[in-house]
Amino acid sequence: MKTIKTTSSQLPNKTITCLKSLFSSLPIEKGTRLMFGGFGLCGIPEKCIEVLSQLPIQDLTVISNNIGNSGRGLAILLQQRKIKKAICSYVGGNPDLEQQIAQNLIEVELVPQGTFSERIRIGGMGIGGFYTPTGVGTIIEEGKEKKKWNGVEYLLELPLKGDIACIKAQKADTFGNLWFKESARNFSPLMAMACTTTIVEVEELVPVGEIPPENVHLPGIFVNFIFLGTNYQNSIEFLKTEILEGKEKR
Amino acid sequence: MTPKNLPLWTPSQMGLEILQQIPSGSSLNLGIGLPTLLGELMQPEQQLMVHSENGVLGVWGRPKTKEEASPTLINAGKETIGVLKGASFFDSAFSFGLIRGRHLDFAFLGGMQVDFEGNLANWMAPGQKLTGMGGAMDLVYGAKKIFVMMTHFDKSGQSKLLEKCTYPLTGKNVVDKIFTNCGIFLPQKKGFKIEKLAAPELEELLNPNDFSF
Repeated sequence: MKTIKTTSSQLPNKTITCLKSLFSSLPIEKGTRLMFGGFGLCGIPEKCIEVLSQLPIQDLTVISNNIGNSGRGLAILLQQRKIKKAICSYVGGNPDLEQQIAQNLIEVELVPQGTFSERIRIGGMGIGGFYTPTGVGTIIEEGKEKKKWNGVEYLLELPLKGDIACIKAQKADTFGNLWFKESARNFSPLMAMACTTTIVEVEELVPVGEIPPENVHLPGIFVNFIFLGTNYQNSIEFLKTEILEGKEKR
Repeated sequence: MTPKNLPLWTPSQMGLEILQQIPSGSSLNLGIGLPTLLGELMQPEQQLMVHSENGVLGVWGRPKTKEEASPTLINAGKETIGVLKGASFFDSAFSFGLIRGRHLDFAFLGGMQVDFEGNLANWMAPGQKLTGMGGAMDLVYGAKKIFVMMTHFDKSGQSKLLEKCTYPLTGKNVVDKIFTNCGIFLPQKKGFKIEKLAAPELEELLNPNDFSF
């Protein structure tokens, strides 16, 4: 097969140079639903969070698995009391959130992680709900429709959608085809599909065509804006190495 | 009553008891807490495929040094990990589809309480800090076998094996086997069947009504 090499792409270039002016131009008000990719601090959109921390916004609804950790990630927005409601699966190891829960300063909706990710997935895929065995016989089933098929009980769970998705990928082309590094993919491609507007920040920006089609993890059709970030912290929450474990007594 | 002077199993001994029961070639998920230790005890000859719900199949070992650790390569406990040849990465919906769809042979979870019915409570205790259930509720309804690995007694000396859980449940009628520092137990509606004890003297110490057969 002959490939035609072109220096410019016929696809739109979605890159932006100033995240702050982008966020300032978006209607972010009370109750706006923002999704943030990342598992713990792995794969979080650091630059989006930084810019949001500089804007005079409040009463956000934030949908993210962990909502940060100890002043890092979304804990920055927590400390600024910008988050009114958090939808997540795990709040442990997050002192800022624990404190706000204890003081009743924040509303938290805890969702089992598999249900959380599937609700976001179907939110972007035009599916009206799904039945899952997760949570049957626990406090999660309260108020939910229950059905039994072949002797197994299921709960009806509804889609989760958002207004703005903030995600991070390792690499994007200028159209927004994305490639994620190692285990940093987690919720990000699902959130990109489930939100009206998707902003992706990346460590590498490449011309269209450089990511081979079979290596595209998320097609650019789900991406609206691309920002090339620098000076990433990429924090490690718990460093474990062979050397450290060799020293551990057991 | 805590059997203080008896030779109870160490976490490593518990881990080795578990690994003896895992057929070669199995796939498994290791929960946060005691089960994480299993990853350090596994041998390559067992050909085990370890799943981590944040989107990794093929977790193996640790990075050698701090310099080799990658912030984007972690397990569900947010610890840096290594992977074996043949590993794969995927998104969270796929990862939990793999769990929910019963493609995983075993899930090992920590526990706060397990009862006769095989109910498990491990995510929320009254008066303690709220942590959230994470992926535990999906795991207990998804993996083919659910093994709980925990200490037999809580900090106040109360047995964690009960007639009925009092904490909010993670899953109902889900536990297949319990590995504690006292032995291996099976929930069987009327009580716990003893499969193995760390020390024979324990039989008299454990509540006879709970372990009657």
